[in-house]
Amino acid sequence: MSRFDFDIAVVGSGPAGLAAAALAASKGASVVLLDEQAEPGGQIYRAVTETPVRDRKVLGPDYWHGAELLGPLRDSGAAHWPGTIVWSVARPREDAPDGHRPIQIGLSRNGSAAMLTVRHVILATGALERPFPIPGWTLPGVLGAGAAQVLLKTSGLVPSGATVMAGSGPLLWLLAWQYLQAGARIDAILDTTPKENWRAALPLLPGFLRSPYLGKGMKLMLEVRRKLTVIGNVTALRAEGAIGGDSALKSVVYTRNGTEHRLPADTLLLHHGVIPNLNLANATGCAQRWDEQQRCWRPTTDEWGATSVEGVSLAGDGAGIGGARAAEEAGRLAALDALHRLGRIGREQRDKAAAPHRAALDRALTGRAFLDTLYTPAEAFRAPADDTIVCRCEEITAGAVREAVRLGCSGPNQAKSFLRCGMGPCQGRLCGPTVTEVIAAERGVSPAEVGYYRLRPPVKPITLAELAALPKTDADIDAVFKH
Amino acid sequence: MFRRLPEIETALNAAGQTVSFTIDGRPASARAGDSVTAALLANGVTACRTTAVSGAARGPYCMMGVCYDCLVTIDGTGNRQGCQVRVAPGMAVETQNGKREVER
Ligand SMILES: Cc1cc2nc3c(=O)[nH]c(=O)nc-3n(C[C@H](O)[C@@H](O)[C@H](O)COP(=O)(O)OP(=O)(O)OC[C@H]3O[C@@H](n4cnc5c(N)ncnc54)[C@H](O)[C@@H]3O)c2cc1C
Ligand code: FES
Repeated sequence: MSRFDFDIAVVGSGPAGLAAAALAASKGASVVLLDEQAEPGGQIYRAVTETPVRDRKVLGPDYWHGAELLGPLRDSGAAHWPGTIVWSVARPREDAPDGHRPIQIGLSRNGSAAMLTVRHVILATGALERPFPIPGWTLPGVLGAGAAQVLLKTSGLVPSGATVMAGSGPLLWLLAWQYLQAGARIDAILDTTPKENWRAALPLLPGFLRSPYLGKGMKLMLEVRRKLTVIGNVTALRAEGAIGGDSALKSVVYTRNGTEHRLPADTLLLHHGVIPNLNLANATGCAQRWDEQQRCWRPTTDEWGATSVEGVSLAGDGAGIGGARAAEEAGRLAALDALHRLGRIGREQRDKAAAPHRAALDRALTGRAFLDTLYTPAEAFRAPADDTIVCRCEEITAGAVREAVRLGCSGPNQAKSFLRCGMGPCQGRLCGPTVTEVIAAERGVSPAEVGYYRLRPPVKPITLAELAALPKTDADIDAVFKH
Repeated sequence: MFRRLPEIETALNAAGQTVSFTIDGRPASARAGDSVTAALLANGVTACRTTAVSGAARGPYCMMGVCYDCLVTIDGTGNRQGCQVRVAPGMAVETQNGKREVER
């Protein structure tokens, strides 16, 4: 039996993972594509194989492009294991006889854990919505706009009752447009894009004018502005339940030009852009850096997506936000580099094959800097007021984090021991960026200096029973617990 | 609060693609393929649990498996992520109080 189950494992079946797996397998590598979702597509193409929303104009042509990625995957011969959670990626210390150090992947399928041994892994774990901490964001009825979009794509569900959308960024406008096509009710969009951002963004406008998305984006935004109530310059937001009650959202309070206004609301959809879902890369030991323009942590990669851990590369929004088309091309580049590293193609062959994909990637990224800069959330939302819960799992407020800083807590890892912040089941995904920003602002230093949570596998809670049922060779145990 | 787009609801009923299950013992119906969380929302259940720390009500926030606010009891097993599990015929879904850690 071969020591390796597959040459390459790709984690995540969004555009990046679908493209990476299809290309690598089509060149003869044995490839497995793993994703915790039951169907391929990732976030943008969620449920593209089975959405009940059959009227194509509702989700729009960019969504349906996802279906075009499935044929090449099928034809490539890559194994596809949906419904598979990857909870660890590790490289044991000892060298394999053929010089390739095997990578061990801890996964969980249908409630049982298993280990997989591969030569190379491409993490295409995508993005998640940037936390949007405001007072009351934990009330039932307050969801991410991306979350609401998942409900539309997967189940054909739209908000009913009074609905308010708030925040900024392309996805907020896209969802509003999709709701318009679907005939859903939206009472108001509260635009939090800071006025000051325009000053910083304007010099970057020429780049954006060359963006392939300019036309589409503007058309969509103009239609939304024409048909819906859009309230700009919103500087503060609060979600409130019934008086004295905390059981469900009743109203949204917003501040505009220094004055508070109240809107009744049954549903509030928040969105401040997306940030890399870096938990798996972080727990694998991949170095990461603070990206000032995107205001988030991102794993450090070279132009092929290779990380600081040999044999582990990244592709797509999980490596830094570039959008779906960029993710697709980055997936192909990572696949070509993996094929090269595995000795299947030479350097020249890799570079030649990569050229069109690199050009397409550059095109897809054109104008990104403008959007990143324009849509950077105001500090009041990144490092919110004291009474705002930042850690939803442990219900820790921004005030408590600031108090811990005054007591000597210097970064997110210390905040864990001071406050249990980031130690709940979400493993910091919903508080990490905020805790970094709050501590940095309080200490008067940059987020880069403050750092981020150091994460450990398993990156998704798995049961002890599952772990205990694993085969217990030294390497297996090493892979699970070492780091 | 969420509702199904009317043309989808009609198509579901016509094609018999509905699933019967229970929410806290009450009979409910959803679309085959819905996540448990989507099925709860489609039946008007926005809050699915209370927290262990303060007892506050919570409902789904991310729908992509990262926030863990959609935890419910499914067929007797607590703390399951409703947004990551598909509703199945006869499934007993219960909203839950307090318990927070994913069962270990
Ligand atoms: C909720 C949401 C909705 C979005 N909707 C749109 C949209 O409509 N249009 C748009 O242009 N952009 C959208 N985006 C932005 C998005 O980031 C896209 O640019 C695109 O989906 C990125 O592609 P990707 O391949 O990098 O990752 P994704 O498409 O995010 O795919 C990542 C995949 O990895 C899987 N995964 C992650 N971790 C693990 C693990 N540990 N084990 C197993 N599987 C794992 C996930 O289940 C997911 O399927 C959305 C983002 C979010 C968060
Ligand atoms: S709604 Fe966030 S994990 Fe299910």
